[in-house]
Amino acid sequence: MKAPELDNKLIFERSREGRQAYAQAPLGTVNTDGIPAELRRQSPISLPQVSEMDVVRHFTRLSQKNFSIDTHFYPLGSCTMKYNPRACNTLAMLPGFLGRHPLAPDTHSQGFLSCMHDLQEILKEVTGMAGVSLTPMAGAQGEFAGVAMIQAYHQSRGDTERTEILVPDAAHGTNPATATQCGCTVREIPTNSEGDVDVEALRAAVGPKTAGIMLTNPSTLGVFERRIGEIQKIVHDAGGLSYYDGANLNAILGKVRPGDMGFDVIHMNLHKTFSTPHGGGGPGSGAVGVSKRLLPFMPIPVVGKDEAGFRWLNEKDLPQSIGRLSAFAGNAGVLLRAYIYARLLGREGMHRVAEFATLNANYLMVELEKRGFNVAYKGRRASHEFIITLKRQKAELELTATDVAKRLLDFGMHAPTIYFPLLVPECLLIEPTESESKETLDSFVDAMAAIYEEAKNDIGQVKGAPYTMPVRRLDDVRAARQLDLRWQP
Amino acid sequence: MSNIPADLKYAASHEWLRVEDDGTITVGISDHAQDALGDLVYVETPEVGGTVDAEGACAVVESVKAASDVYAPIAGEIIAGNEALVDRPELVNEDPYGEGWLFKMKPDSADDVNNLLDADGYAATLED
Amino acid sequence: MPFIPHTESDISEMLAAIGADSIETLFDEIPRELRCGGLEAIPEGLSEMATNRLMHERAALDGQAQCYIGAGAYEHHIPAAVWEITTRGEFYSAYTPYQAEASQGTLQLIYEYQTMMCGLTGMEVSNASLYDGASGLAEAVLMAVRANRKSKSSRILMPTAVHPYYRQVAQNIVEGQGIQLEALPFCTESGTTLVESLAHLEGEDITALVIPQPNFFGNLEAVDALTDWAHAQGALVIAVVNPLALALLKPPGEWGADGVDICVGDGQPLGAPMSSGGPYFGFMACKQQHVRQMPGRIVGRTVDMDDKPGFALTLQAREQHIRRSKATSNICTNQGLLVTAATIHMSLLGPKGLESVAATSFANTAALVDAVSEIEGVEPVFSSARFHEVVLRLPASATDILARMASHGILGGYNLAENYPELGEAILVCVTETKSPEDIARYAKVLQEALS
Repeated sequence: MKAPELDNKLIFERSREGRQAYAQAPLGTVNTDGIPAELRRQSPISLPQVSEMDVVRHFTRLSQKNFSIDTHFYPLGSCTMKYNPRACNTLAMLPGFLGRHPLAPDTHSQGFLSCMHDLQEILKEVTGMAGVSLTPMAGAQGEFAGVAMIQAYHQSRGDTERTEILVPDAAHGTNPATATQCGCTVREIPTNSEGDVDVEALRAAVGPKTAGIMLTNPSTLGVFERRIGEIQKIVHDAGGLSYYDGANLNAILGKVRPGDMGFDVIHMNLHKTFSTPHGGGGPGSGAVGVSKRLLPFMPIPVVGKDEAGFRWLNEKDLPQSIGRLSAFAGNAGVLLRAYIYARLLGREGMHRVAEFATLNANYLMVELEKRGFNVAYKGRRASHEFIITLKRQKAELELTATDVAKRLLDFGMHAPTIYFPLLVPECLLIEPTESESKETLDSFVDAMAAIYEEAKNDIGQVKGAPYTMPVRRLDDVRAARQLDLRWQP
Repeated sequence: MSNIPADLKYAASHEWLRVEDDGTITVGISDHAQDALGDLVYVETPEVGGTVDAEGACAVVESVKAASDVYAPIAGEIIAGNEALVDRPELVNEDPYGEGWLFKMKPDSADDVNNLLDADGYAATLED
Repeated sequence: MPFIPHTESDISEMLAAIGADSIETLFDEIPRELRCGGLEAIPEGLSEMATNRLMHERAALDGQAQCYIGAGAYEHHIPAAVWEITTRGEFYSAYTPYQAEASQGTLQLIYEYQTMMCGLTGMEVSNASLYDGASGLAEAVLMAVRANRKSKSSRILMPTAVHPYYRQVAQNIVEGQGIQLEALPFCTESGTTLVESLAHLEGEDITALVIPQPNFFGNLEAVDALTDWAHAQGALVIAVVNPLALALLKPPGEWGADGVDICVGDGQPLGAPMSSGGPYFGFMACKQQHVRQMPGRIVGRTVDMDDKPGFALTLQAREQHIRRSKATSNICTNQGLLVTAATIHMSLLGPKGLESVAATSFANTAALVDAVSEIEGVEPVFSSARFHEVVLRLPASATDILARMASHGILGGYNLAENYPELGEAILVCVTETKSPEDIARYAKVLQEALS
């Protein structure tokens, strides 16, 4: 007998007037006459009326419509979808941590603060920076903090004309968006044919208006920026500072440190490199690290230590700080998970992260080449990720990156990142991470080869994919033209 | 090969321009541009009464995967925006040189039109 | 090797396939002189068992005091099912739902979340969430400046009765763009922003007015009059609200004649534990006409190739990965996992449960005010109606009293001295539904002892 298909009802469509999850509300009735009539709610609250089991079943079933690291290979380039150790979740959710109020006095905070202080020290050591602030709530907020610190540094020196941020054209979209949000103007620097920054173009672009450069290394093209020393010298000689986007820190963890590469400020995506969960789109954590000259400008609060123990440092301790970026101290629970991960890995484990992430990426790259796929930057080593371009397959077979991405889902594998970076046509950015086994990588290669063969025989079959998901390809144009953003009875 | 009417003027940034009988000009994006963007889902037309410089960004066309600025081909005052595109952005895809026009301008100097490309000149830019 | 599955033979086969003689060879493009040393300051790795012990010890250090601090983070009962389901691997370890077909669970959940937030706030559209309430307010300010095209001043009126940290965060995030946040004083008697006090601003170019409900002091603002006043000036209205309070209070979409334009707040009371300040989530809802100016992810319902309904991210061209330097914001993530928790939390409580939690919190706070007002020299500072927080004046040093109460296992409130020195010895106290009548009686007793 074939299992009946799960129904696709919304939770609102399961609602029945008068039904309730009775165990969850306080018992008894209370008097609310103290609220003035004109301030009271008159309209009904349109939440579903359902039983506890309705809720558990509905959302458990919804979860089963997702791909995730725990259920599927997820080689999403630039996202570092590695195993999220369960212990990190369990231990970060101990009642003592969950029940601590963010404004609790230091006397009731030494356990939590000690973890945050340890994490700051570990991140300083592994990145080679002089100071770390954990407060930014996501990579983009870390970027914001970084550019704001660069601005604050120039302003503190009376150097007020530096308003231009240089960004390689291969950069993540957040880099230029962040610079704009900080009130800077963006100047794009081209990339050469081998995937490195065009150093001559950079030399021509820097000047008295240069506030700084934002770089990802290895770059979004999956290769290490070999002339990094020269780039640093050009920018620093021009009076600018350099910013390290930590999106690809997993590629170099324990091998080379941003501080040793000469960067003045960095952000780390702890949800990538330190394996905190992606959660279906957050929460992230974008801790920042700074060189000595930017120490006074770090966002607050940071954890300090004195004879009395650990305590938050605020604007009194760091009067030149760029200030607060979150109501309290960032995504504390995410930081605890990163701390637990760091303790489980330890020193040796950190070295191994980059080693095995790089081994897996290079292996996958050569195996895919053997099956007829074209690598975008041939002759270069892969970092922890690499790019396949389907430019040729598109011309010959009309096989696009979207087609391959959708068909992979039918093989039980999440798609790589597609159409990013924008510089490479029909690209797939593939990042296997260190936690995947050789067997998994081999089965991915087999799936890719099978899709290629299928495309040669019957491109229509590939274009119709996916066939085994809860839905087939969705009409994005209709979604944007006929906006339906909430359920209405 | 995309459609490039011979009676229009063009900017290298893919806008077309038509000089009307009353001296005003009508601006839209070329067939090539609408094809490259794909199905449009939103068009933001400029505010009527505003003035723009030549090559100043003044409208936005948006598809599912891309958003692109539209530049004023010459300097002047905005005198109309195509209201029909608010509900039917697809008009730009269906009829880029007709119902899918974006905005109308009163040029600062009628001679500025001569600085733009003709159909052959624009076609040549697409061949590179 | 923790979290690395490779056997020795895997490694040698893979290196042979690559044509490299060692893993070290794979790093040959990195200049030698940059390679780092041994990372001596990082401790050796621990087993899970040892880590377990370490973390239990650390957690125990923070004690289990009873908490009466609110000030933007609130202790509420969270049904067991909320985090049981939220931490299922399929939600916990999924990425942003860019591949819609393989993410229908997360996408449908966000669509349901957007619907619930619209219902609660009375607004027309909601995004998929922002980082937290404070940064959400900053995004709302930036959005108002984009959306109010008639205003040229980029001038935002910000009551000082808004959470001081929210004001600081908003200032820090928007100042790069030349936006001015102009402080509005509160009435020292009512503890609210009086519409009469704004008369001198009439006729000026104002971009937006921020209205908190309840405000930082727990007081209820006259939201209808403030909203209508702002709209009469051509200003947009940004509401900053506690979402739980909206189970009892008029939703922002119904304030004044036309409702507010943008509504933000922190979603923490909807299923997120206090957890030292995060992760929480910021919510944002607005009028339909402003949807293209709204930052952050948005999910829409559409159909697939077979006309079957499904869900996808939409309006993505506003976002940084497409629009780059012209994006509405640099924001990429939402707080997906917290939205998952909140959606399950709101479903479990339902309209009656949520109202009951809000009402019980309200009543418990009123009961605590009654109980402590018996103590000589202790009284509410403000006369306004309030939700579940109250500012109490103390007849002695607030710092000393709070420390004494803490030594008896009660975190008695938030000391206002730093941010509102003009209020004298005053603390902000919050009582949610989690406190029993016995707890409240004990609070009063410990406070009295601390004072004597």
